[in-house]
Amino acid sequence: MSLDDAFKDPFFRDESFFGKYTYKNSPAAIKRFPFPFPEDDYMYSVNMEPHVSGRPGSVFEHAFDVDEHYVSEMRDRARVLADDPLRCQSLPHMTLAGWDLLELIMESFARDYPQWFELHKDGNKWHWINRPLGIDDKFTFLDESTLPYGPMEYITRQAQGDFTLQDQREDNLWIEAGMVTSQADWSLDFDIGMSFHEWHAPVPLAGKMGVFDRALKFLLQLQHGAPVRRFNWTMTVDPLLDTSPENYHKWGPSKTTLSAENIGQRQHLRVELQTLFRLPRSNAIAFPIRCYLISFEDLVSQPKWARRLHRVIKNLPDELATYKGFIRNRPLMIEYLSQFDDGAPTSPGWWADE
Amino acid sequence: MTQTQSDEIMKSRPRYGVLSYRPGSTHFIVADGEGGEAVQSLFAQAPEIATTAHIVYIPGANGTDLSAALETLGAAVFRKAPSYGAARQRIQKVLGDAHMGLQLYAAGTEGLIGQVQRDAVEAGLPHDALQTEQRGSLARRVQCVHCKGITENVTTDPFVCSHCGLNLFVRDHYSRRLAAFQGVCIDAEDPGEVPPAVERFK
Repeated sequence: MSLDDAFKDPFFRDESFFGKYTYKNSPAAIKRFPFPFPEDDYMYSVNMEPHVSGRPGSVFEHAFDVDEHYVSEMRDRARVLADDPLRCQSLPHMTLAGWDLLELIMESFARDYPQWFELHKDGNKWHWINRPLGIDDKFTFLDESTLPYGPMEYITRQAQGDFTLQDQREDNLWIEAGMVTSQADWSLDFDIGMSFHEWHAPVPLAGKMGVFDRALKFLLQLQHGAPVRRFNWTMTVDPLLDTSPENYHKWGPSKTTLSAENIGQRQHLRVELQTLFRLPRSNAIAFPIRCYLISFEDLVSQPKWARRLHRVIKNLPDELATYKGFIRNRPLMIEYLSQFDDGAPTSPGWWADE
Repeated sequence: MTQTQSDEIMKSRPRYGVLSYRPGSTHFIVADGEGGEAVQSLFAQAPEIATTAHIVYIPGANGTDLSAALETLGAAVFRKAPSYGAARQRIQKVLGDAHMGLQLYAAGTEGLIGQVQRDAVEAGLPHDALQTEQRGSLARRVQCVHCKGITENVTTDPFVCSHCGLNLFVRDHYSRRLAAFQGVCIDAEDPGEVPPAVERFK
């Protein structure tokens, strides 16, 4: 991968998600940020809806959103993988699902972003061009020996967001492959091989509410060609994509360095756009988990979001603030956000007001 | 001594039963510590098991050693081992050689049961081929999520990782593949602020 040439297209920002943290959203990226709260309060729910093409320019426009952070995110993934190869694992029987995922992403990218990606097929002889990353590879579909990595690793080094692949058997889903470098504090290496309820065990409250029973029942019926999506969210200090449990002892101390002066720049709302696709050959489910980060300072530039986030954070049950890892900084967040909440009503839905 | 009851029901944690005799051509039994009592009950239920039984017994980390009593059960093969690690190659060989009709039993600590289960699945046996009974110490096997090293027989929370030395709390999250709970740094945000260790898994 020749990432050195990758920033010739000025659309892609040259920025970092660690060290000096030069990550930033452009004004256009702020406007299209997937703000996850349709109402002024929040509680767990299955909250799934069809993943259909949404508003032009929004993160829902295409099956996979490729945005201004694409090249820098892929560089960050390569950095994390070099440091810890266990972030990408696939149990031996999941290779076919990896090919399914490769096909899904290549076809989607080439269809939705023809200026950047091309896919040419002659039977099983495929030719893939990824201009932003400077990749031009010919390979044989379903023949692992013709790619530099396994199919899942190959394609997910070229696609933003984390990915897991779930095998379906015994009326359950088993997380048995994944590329996980931008996770909200969970470990693929620990969870790989688990069933649906097993890997969700650490989540508080939701189990008792029946959320996982309903979600599993729903997902077992997921049909090919009818993907679904939902949001999840948490809070991250500094735009650090790799908030892994593996490195928690390294990034955890950053939480103690927030102050009223720096919270606007350093505290980020972290949103996951989670989508689920049934795969055609393997019958596995692909689960892309796409992470979006926005600083509080940029978020409050949208008055509706500022008011609503203040109300959500203020009213969130303590268990959730603890689980999401921001209980210690919640008072600081509320204090900061309250400056932007005049008590006015907010319009329904998550779109920013025009 | 009664069967161990786990302190809470956790979704990622396996549930255990009571060993009961099932007819089979051979009976492979792995136990540690108080798990030896479950083996005695199994033999009392079905004395005919002895002629085709192979027992591997590991005295408990808490000092419980029932090997003298188990040796008198008259199993066709009785093997005392100092640790699971020491016995593992033997266990893997027996599991790998398994024929139809092999009955598999594991009794004792969760760490032992989990390791037998993992090795059985790796040997290609179905995950429900194994009968389990939890007895005795609630000590846990815990994997440090940071350095990936496993600390055996953890009885306190927090504890110090025996590999990298970080102070870890034991998360209620269990991996069958690793046969271990997850340990996470407790003073990551405030290095050095470690609450006193409490004996939680006696």
